[in-house]
Amino acid sequence: MSQSSPAAHVQTETQPAQRERSIAELKQIASQVRRDIVRMVHAVNSGHPGGSLGCTDLLVALYFRIMKHNPDFSMEGHDEDLFFLSNGHISPVFYSVLARSGYFPVSELATFRKLNSRLQGHPATEEGLPGVRIASGSLGQGLSVAVGAAQAKKLNKDDRTVYVLMGDGELNEGQVWEAALYAPHRQVDNLIAIVDRNGQQIDGSTKEIMNLGSLRAKFEAFGWLVLETDGNDLEKLIASLEEARQLLGQGQPVMVLMDTQMGAGVDFMMGSHKWHGVAPNDEQLEKALQQLLVEEASDY
Amino acid sequence: MKEFPYSESKDTRSGFGAGLHELGKTNENVVALCADLTGSLKMDAFKKDFPERFFQVGIAEANMMSMAAGMTIGGKIPFTGTFANFSTGRVYDQIRQSIAYSGKNVKICASHAGVTLGEDGATHQILEDLGMMRMLPHMTVINPCDFNQTKAATIAIAEHEGPVYLRFGRPVVPNFTPADQQFEIGKAVMLNEGADVSIFATGHLVWKAILAGKLLAEKGIDAEIINIHTIKPLDAAAILQSARKTRCVVSAEEHQMNGGLGDSIAQLLAREEPLPLEMVAVNDSFGESGTPDQLMEKYGLMENDIVAAVERVMARKK
Repeated sequence: MSQSSPAAHVQTETQPAQRERSIAELKQIASQVRRDIVRMVHAVNSGHPGGSLGCTDLLVALYFRIMKHNPDFSMEGHDEDLFFLSNGHISPVFYSVLARSGYFPVSELATFRKLNSRLQGHPATEEGLPGVRIASGSLGQGLSVAVGAAQAKKLNKDDRTVYVLMGDGELNEGQVWEAALYAPHRQVDNLIAIVDRNGQQIDGSTKEIMNLGSLRAKFEAFGWLVLETDGNDLEKLIASLEEARQLLGQGQPVMVLMDTQMGAGVDFMMGSHKWHGVAPNDEQLEKALQQLLVEEASDY
Repeated sequence: MKEFPYSESKDTRSGFGAGLHELGKTNENVVALCADLTGSLKMDAFKKDFPERFFQVGIAEANMMSMAAGMTIGGKIPFTGTFANFSTGRVYDQIRQSIAYSGKNVKICASHAGVTLGEDGATHQILEDLGMMRMLPHMTVINPCDFNQTKAATIAIAEHEGPVYLRFGRPVVPNFTPADQQFEIGKAVMLNEGADVSIFATGHLVWKAILAGKLLAEKGIDAEIINIHTIKPLDAAAILQSARKTRCVVSAEEHQMNGGLGDSIAQLLAREEPLPLEMVAVNDSFGESGTPDQLMEKYGLMENDIVAAVERVMARKK
């Protein structure tokens, strides 16, 4: 395992949105982020690796390619794209991507879930971690928050976009549907919501626990423009996010239903709800890291 | 006992509506959200004059609270409006996570608090809201006593950075505080200086305390009456100063005994100056249908209840 060789291409950039990265570069970053995730949850023997690994490609695409954002963090984020993580339990991927895009030192990832850390188990603003704009963890609130932030942007004549990621299990929460009803009604068309459709929740498959049926049909019936994509194929994902941006400004919010594998990138974690909230042991960590190879790993 | 002249009785919710409309004119960052109760909350004037800053969210309070939190991120100062019941109990988790824990500058404006909501009954008469909001870290909790004070409080909280719970009600009550008052969050208002007992009242019970003060004066009891419009942060200095002078205390509020103003004062006295305390409040019970006056009487929230509490507490005085 490569412990500390500094890799400038992922560690020290401060203006990630200014140069367009190649898919190959993004894949390298995604592998590094996945290494961070498994090491973070292993270190404290807690946290949620499954969904974090599944959503790694999305967060890498957003922070290293799609979004205009500034790691010199301001809460208001005027003239920036904003991202909200509604399913806050996948904080490891959020923290890694924020650190790797320059919001705070990568070395701080070592404090994840430990006492006196800014990297709380679920994202929070209380400790002032740059990049986090609202606490999340209790599910179902992020879409409403994003709708509010998007409307504030409209009032401020700020034409940037608001992104929000939700889990599919999270759609069990009634509040999601309050916001889903509201956003088309008020023509909140500077909003791209993304659902991580990995088909798993804590107690089992979403089909078994609370069948979501056709999410496309549901959101279309509510008045959303809906796209479907592969959330673990960076090229397809980026194309879909770019297409989603083209759909903005037409009076409707945009929903991206993104199919992912829980645990993507680590074969023994993939596709099973068992890795929703369980950390790998020492042996499993080594096995995972062997699968997540990076040319110049810069593990914290 | 001082006189408290007034020219008319008005509802505190109208004071909120007037204050909000004023803010619309003076602060372009103020936005208002309402969950299908625009008329009840007296938000019509704001809606009419500032339609682009008014957000009708329908009967969806959870969405309203989290959305308000999101709007603060763009520098807006959202005022949410619905009944106190739907402003607190229904959305406690949204307030806790998205507003209080996240330190968001949302003003939760809550009408129809307490039994004076009247005929709709206990489903709508919340008596636990001050307690719930008071327990939340970062939350400021305000319960003004009349139209003028509610208007002044509404304007004042826009200047205060951080989450605020502002509680007011439906019935008309004497509008006796000055129209030009400076509302200072966390600063108790001395209404009548007295030597025998300290009465700390909040919200609709402030006027009842004044009426009680007159009855007590006839009995030769010199009551000190203080308006505690801010439940949190509590003006501990003012309360202790008065209690140390009179050596006995009565609290009065349209709220459960558990969790409200009396509870706050009990904590303070137990820590700093153990003195006898009697609480005029609802005693671990839900409300019911009836007229506001009937309910205030049945649930022990009238001036004669304050007088009785004063007599009890004075008998315990050492």
